[in-house]
Amino acid sequence: MPTRRRAFAVLVLLGVAALASLAWALAAGSLALSLAAVWQALLGQGDGLAQEVVRGLRLPRALAAFACGGLLALAGALMQVLLRNPLADPYVLGISGGAAVGALAAMLLGVGMSLGIEAMAFAGALGAMLLVFGLAHGDGSWSQARLLLTGVIVAAGCGAAVALMLSLAPEHKLRGMLFWLMGDASHAPAPWSALWLLLGGLVTALFFARELNLLARGAPVAATLGVNVARLRGVLYFLASLLTATAVTHIGSVGFVGLIVPHLVRLALGNDQRLLLPAAALAGGILLTLADTLARTVIAPQQLPVGVLTALIGVPVFLFLLARAPRMERA
Amino acid sequence: MTAPLLSAKGLAVSIAGKPVVHGLDLVLRPGDCLAILGRNGAGKTTLLHTLAGLRAPEAGTLTLDGASYAEQGPRRAARARGLLLQHQGDAFPASVLETVLIGRHPHLSRFAWEDEADGRIAREALAAVDLAELAQREVHTLSGGERQRVALAALLAQQPKLYLLDEPLAHLDLNHQLAMLDLFARLAQDRGVAVAMVLHDPNLALRFCNRALLLHGDGTHALGDSAEQLDAARLSKLYGHPLRMLQDGARRWFIPE
Repeated sequence: MPTRRRAFAVLVLLGVAALASLAWALAAGSLALSLAAVWQALLGQGDGLAQEVVRGLRLPRALAAFACGGLLALAGALMQVLLRNPLADPYVLGISGGAAVGALAAMLLGVGMSLGIEAMAFAGALGAMLLVFGLAHGDGSWSQARLLLTGVIVAAGCGAAVALMLSLAPEHKLRGMLFWLMGDASHAPAPWSALWLLLGGLVTALFFARELNLLARGAPVAATLGVNVARLRGVLYFLASLLTATAVTHIGSVGFVGLIVPHLVRLALGNDQRLLLPAAALAGGILLTLADTLARTVIAPQQLPVGVLTALIGVPVFLFLLARAPRMERA
Repeated sequence: MTAPLLSAKGLAVSIAGKPVVHGLDLVLRPGDCLAILGRNGAGKTTLLHTLAGLRAPEAGTLTLDGASYAEQGPRRAARARGLLLQHQGDAFPASVLETVLIGRHPHLSRFAWEDEADGRIAREALAAVDLAELAQREVHTLSGGERQRVALAALLAQQPKLYLLDEPLAHLDLNHQLAMLDLFARLAQDRGVAVAMVLHDPNLALRFCNRALLLHGDGTHALGDSAEQLDAARLSKLYGHPLRMLQDGARRWFIPE
């Protein structure tokens, strides 16, 4: 029997874990700080250099990683319900492909400065989203197979465009382009818009959470139990797309978070969207914060693209959970 | 006479240009139990979905509990009528109890969680379909017949006044077929609900349903008391296979030649 009390307890635990991951992200690095020093720096006291590092460099980056991890995990969970496919992820409908085309075009044309790249990435993501929606929704029906196929084909087209741009790009731009493609938080812009969008997206998703539980069991079931299926699917599609576009714009196409985090949470907590959605958002934030902190410390002063680390952490954890004996019962 | 739960006037339904019924006048009152019979592809499911408000009829009017589907909206309609779907798909894992609790959705406000009363209703529904001890099992570990009974339990937990059942006996063993039909017949008699179900066995239709609707597959239909509609000649024509009637006192059976 799903209860509010259990959901609350789980979310409090995850909230504590989120704070711990952020604290580690603020303390770790070439200038190692104690938790007390981090706290002092956050309050604007103590060592000037520590204040500069914590508040100027590490906090925005850690928050950007947290917000984008949450956005991707939430978007992935929503896409899995929309497509009724546990293998769906935020990128399956071509949104990251569109963003990549926009961002790489900006880099190639030398639009320069991260703002131009972000604007182009966001425009590319929205372009791909509207293209897929327009093509798949053309006849007014909402077939999941049609939506999925259209998204996959548009993503493939974007992949070809990306490969073309990479092959045309001059040597000195290639490294930046590759890092963007793998996901990289080191050039992330201010995290506030992403954090607000995460909060807004989560509240919107929770507004429809019980209806999403029904939609996950199929559109006819949802319709017989009083859900306005067409409206709900439209909301889901645009919400998941917006969340994904924002995340990709901030840190590039970080893989695995959007696919694996909803799965991990589902394996551990069940598929009740009222708990799964906020838990996935928190767990996604935690995973990406940890991965980004590792990415900039593990072979410092060299930095790794965070997308590589999310895969390196996520894959073994996921395989371990999957290999556990399938549970016949759940309390 | 009591007010009708479902009332269709001049209803026309077709699927992909092929007529299912036209000019159907159907009234279901509390206590009614209607059997819908016809060959594969005659449009039984399409008609049932139309009666459930999931697809619009081509012509005619349809009211549920005195109001059209458009007037009452999907949520109120979900408290008045329940539909058993022919296929139960589980894309994601869930326990049996969770699956039955989805029937409570139309009774709960947007941010409410199922409370003890909902849990009790769900457990009673599981007990009614003889699955009380499987409440904590994962649905994808169930057999086909058990999964079908979980779907019936979810429908019972929904507590509608009108039950629309698409092949409620699919995958069920003989004793559970009779138990389920008996359950719905008692609901109709004692609780004043109405039932319309797609059946493939004219003997069970005759035994448990007071009315019968025969769909001939060409847009024509026959509707009336089951005792009068279900005879060897009509059923032979309906299925395109000769049937013979056996009689023992007041009871009648049809067996294929």
